[in-house]
Amino acid sequence: MIVPFSHVLFLAAILFLLGAVCAVARRNLIMILIGVEIMLNAAGLVFVGASLRWEHLEGQVFVIFILTLAAAEVAVGLALIVTSYRRTGSVNADRYNLLKG
Amino acid sequence: MNLYAAIFYLLSVILLASTVVAVTRRDAIHAVVYLIISFIATGLIFYLLGAPFLALLEIIVYAGAIMVLFLFIVMMLRLTPSQRTWKAALSQWAPAIVLGGFSLVLAAVMIPTDPASNPALKTLTAGPRELGRFLFQKYWFPVEIASFLLLIALVGALLLGRQEKKAKKTTRQEGA
Repeated sequence: MIVPFSHVLFLAAILFLLGAVCAVARRNLIMILIGVEIMLNAAGLVFVGASLRWEHLEGQVFVIFILTLAAAEVAVGLALIVTSYRRTGSVNADRYNLLKG
Repeated sequence: MNLYAAIFYLLSVILLASTVVAVTRRDAIHAVVYLIISFIATGLIFYLLGAPFLALLEIIVYAGAIMVLFLFIVMMLRLTPSQRTWKAALSQWAPAIVLGGFSLVLAAVMIPTDPASNPALKTLTAGPRELGRFLFQKYWFPVEIASFLLLIALVGALLLGRQEKKAKKTTRQEGA
């Protein structure tokens, strides 16, 4: 007996909200990407907890796919940040207010 | 409260505290370093919840590879932490805190009413052998799709890194 499943859900919910707050409140593009990472991590936590709750391995399999997705997302996201930093000289999302390429 | 529950609550306190500190840091490097602590705590919770392979994968991939990639980019761009007034900070954080508070209240109402969330978790372990067998027997096709996704991400990152050089070359040709 570890803890009720609801405690894992609460922990993941708070973690997800921290990630969402980070992605909404921060203006630094790198911090926005970090917020997305925290949210993916919280989703993985729920999947592992549910995998133990229903004693089924599918949750753990899904976490492997989430890890893959996070790695791909970070690679492309950081490449995008570097490209836009070269173009505009800033990583502040508020600075990206020009529609002209 | 038994030992497992005590370890779980201790790890969740470490996880939430380090994530809160990471989210509120002005300097991106500090945020990344605190986030490594957060991901290691998540890996230990995975271990506690019976997923030793995922725990190691979390520490290797998240805390190792992804966060080092973040550190590389932060150091490469040589960012300076922004200084701003508390009024601007309030206009940033107020919507986020309203969103977070509302969703937290919603979660606090919804989670206890779900009957599936009541039973206590058993201490079971699914080792790498069972997980790998299950993964490659039932989910071999998604694994192939995931590997294809990684390939596309690699090509996309390379393309995004190259594009700027090409653009410069064309402008130089236009100028000459």
